[in-house]
Amino acid sequence: MSGPETEGSARAPDAGFFRLRLYVAGQTPRSALAQANLAQVCESYLPGRHEIEVVDLLDQPDRARTDGVLVIPTLVRCLPEPVRKVVGDLSDTTRLLAGLEVSGVGGLGDVAS
Amino acid sequence: MGLWPTYAHDEASDALPKAPTGISGFDDITFGGLPRGRATVVTGAAGAGKSMFAVEFLARGVLDHDEPGVLLSFEESSEELVANAGSLGFDLDAMCADGALVVDSAVGQTDDLLQSGQFDLEGLFLRLKASIEAVGARRVVLDTVETLFATLPDEIAVRREFGRLLRWLKGQDLTVVVTAEKGERRLTRHGVEEYVSDCVVVLDHRIDDEVATRRMRVAKYRGSQHGTNEFPFLITGRGLVVMPLHQVDPEAVSDERIGLGIPALDEMLGGGVFRGSTTMISGSAGTGKTTIAVTAADAACTRGERALFLSLEEPAGQILRNMRSVGVDLDRWRTEGLLRVEHLRPATMGLEEHLAALHLMLDEHRPDVVVIDAVGSLNRGVAAGASASVVARDIALLRSRGVTAVLTALTDEAGVEITEVSASSLVDAWLLLRNVEADGERNRLLYAIKNRGSAHSNQVREFLLTEHGPELVDVFVGPDGVVTGSRRELQEEEERRRERARRAEHARLDAELERRRAEVEAQVASLRRQLEAEVAAVAARADTEAASAVAVARDRAAAARRRSGDGTS
Repeated sequence: MSGPETEGSARAPDAGFFRLRLYVAGQTPRSALAQANLAQVCESYLPGRHEIEVVDLLDQPDRARTDGVLVIPTLVRCLPEPVRKVVGDLSDTTRLLAGLEVSGVGGLGDVAS
Repeated sequence: MGLWPTYAHDEASDALPKAPTGISGFDDITFGGLPRGRATVVTGAAGAGKSMFAVEFLARGVLDHDEPGVLLSFEESSEELVANAGSLGFDLDAMCADGALVVDSAVGQTDDLLQSGQFDLEGLFLRLKASIEAVGARRVVLDTVETLFATLPDEIAVRREFGRLLRWLKGQDLTVVVTAEKGERRLTRHGVEEYVSDCVVVLDHRIDDEVATRRMRVAKYRGSQHGTNEFPFLITGRGLVVMPLHQVDPEAVSDERIGLGIPALDEMLGGGVFRGSTTMISGSAGTGKTTIAVTAADAACTRGERALFLSLEEPAGQILRNMRSVGVDLDRWRTEGLLRVEHLRPATMGLEEHLAALHLMLDEHRPDVVVIDAVGSLNRGVAAGASASVVARDIALLRSRGVTAVLTALTDEAGVEITEVSASSLVDAWLLLRNVEADGERNRLLYAIKNRGSAHSNQVREFLLTEHGPELVDVFVGPDGVVTGSRRELQEEEERRRERARRAEHARLDAELERRRAEVEAQVASLRRQLEAEVAAVAARADTEAASAVAVARDRAAAARRRSGDGTS
């Protein structure tokens, strides 16, 4: 974990950076849709300040338990803290942005300055 | 006969494979346990014992049936689950370490999820699948699925996925227990029973007259017979204990008779009561019920058997003191460890605790004879109906263990109370003590109302408490019915006086007769003498007359000679 942690701490001062993790289960249409929707929203609202990790539970079934995942797809905002979760194929952009609290980024930036 | 439904269990019609839960009593009322390879919903309000049921089902599967399990909880953390199971006597950590169990907590993992678009529960599927494969599980528990419905944003999606999950689990031939919250107008709040249609167990934690009692009901069991009654159950340190209402026949019904310590009473009962039977002694206050019951315990210890005296009324010390005053010394049996005297206060204790306590005492002391004094006291803490049913439960419990039971029940003088009425059909022998009030004193009568398996008539004896212990005396049946006490003694004295008078009269009559006989004989003798005298007199007169005739004849001859002699002389 030293690598990512260093990376994370290096970027920590930038409160506007989003580290996201998307849990899917196999390459289902819903999984593909969620990935496409997420990529599109991030490009539009978080260009250059996001990182997406996709976890396929079919490949890593134990992570459902260790990471506490029941619903598929589940999007976890690991950074900025606190952790936020959005479930579904992410087709509702308004709710996705509300879930990620993207609108609150400016506020966080003010706090950081 | 509502208390004793008879289940004519037909093995042939009940071919459904079952998974024994190992929960004491539950497998009896379901004739083998839960439907194997199917799902059962256990529903009830918070605190009803759903999780306890589910945990024991898993733990017993691991321990007794070699069936590994998976416990997925949405309500409690793993630590809480382990601690709760520990309170039932199950070490989940050890089972997990042995690779026979997976305890997985998803508590809080469905909280604060924001929905954006369609989702499914594939994560839950994969998670369960991984756990099931890890231990080769045969049993799965989902506790409590309500949480999924309550916290996930799209109920329609959750319903669809839940139905799919259950079909999948059944497809794996897993025996599943799903716990769910009780609903207002249906069995579960979110209609989980629509998906779990094989078996529905309803748990209830009711407050009757401020005393909490747990009850269990099998509301549905597709393809199987089951008891439809509500069965009280306990949560004990050794797991759940369901108290079956139907009579559990001991393996062998004993023909052996044992004495209750009062020879005349044993004789009245045809040589004592049968071992393993239940005897009820009912009566109003101060009739001596407790004394007879204690004497029965004393008799058991005298035979070298173990006895338990469970007092629901007086503290143990008070009983021992009272019994010494009527010549029964229980202290020595306590010292020898044969007798255990316990005092339970029913008013401060739920029926569940009462039964759990009795269970525990039976396990610890293993008595041959149990005395409960007095079952009517249960009324003080609980509703009358509940009290009657707990008496039935007590009797069933004691009977199932082959324990000879002597129960006392308080009745009022005017009539019989519910415990007496309902329990009377459950007991084998029923003695009724009654105060008889006459001539300013109270005396006691003992009736043998019922004595199952024995030829007996409805007998009655007077019951005396002497300093040598209780005794029975034949009653005096006078012209006005049964007479007791000092009136009996008066009657008896009167009888004796009459007898003496009768004998005196006899003697007097005999003497009179003798006197008459003497008199008559004297008269006869006198008459005889008179007759003899008369006979003698007659004879004498005849002699005289003969003599005088001779004299006359001689005179005549002389005269003639004198006339002729003038010529001859």
